[in-house]
Amino acid sequence: MTGHVFHPGHQPLHGITVVVETHGELTYIGRFDTEDGRGVHILDATTYEPAAIRVSKADYIRKCAKFGVPADRKHLVVPVGDVARITPLGEFS
Amino acid sequence: MPYNPALVAPMRAEVTRLGAKELTTAAEVDAALGDHRGSMLVFVNSVCGCAAGNARPALALALKHPVVPQQVVTVFAGQDLDAAARARQYFAEYQPSSPSMALLRDGEIVHFVHRHQIEGRSPQVIAADLTTAFDKYCGAAV
Repeated sequence: MTGHVFHPGHQPLHGITVVVETHGELTYIGRFDTEDGRGVHILDATTYEPAAIRVSKADYIRKCAKFGVPADRKHLVVPVGDVARITPLGEFS
Repeated sequence: MPYNPALVAPMRAEVTRLGAKELTTAAEVDAALGDHRGSMLVFVNSVCGCAAGNARPALALALKHPVVPQQVVTVFAGQDLDAAARARQYFAEYQPSSPSMALLRDGEIVHFVHRHQIEGRSPQVIAADLTTAFDKYCGAAV
């Protein structure tokens, strides 16, 4: 089973935990599933919302990189037009 | 819902043939992790090929390093549900992820490799991360 992949044929980021930054205040962290006409689908996700989470976005991302993603949404869709940048969370470790 | 055991068996074997002791019940986890002294690596195995397909070879590479943990144990997330849940209680500060790896010394977590630190990385890179931790925490002079 070395190197075996159960779900071939997906987009390159499929299965990768990513940080989805938006043009607004919200940032989403979760496992990239796919992107379609509705937007970017991420699974097992958390949302950084400055008004609700009293740490900086950078600190929140660093915390997720060190301790993992406190997922509170099984599936969410970020509209394509909202997406400013998608970065693998592993790059913040 | 757990996968067919026959499907998962090769994935278990890929880890246990390295010498890792498989823990399949909560009692086995408690027996191994409770009051453990010295160094131990807990490998949380997983079916998902996106990450586990690199994590298992990475473990194999890392365990060839001159300095390794005194004990290596494994639980299978999504398969041995009670064992995986109990193991995660020992590293509750960290969010559940699988595959993942926790390096403990005298019962304290000294290094944790999350799934997101495995995804998209080669076994060699993951193994290098592990062996750096082995050198730091598993040597006699720690």
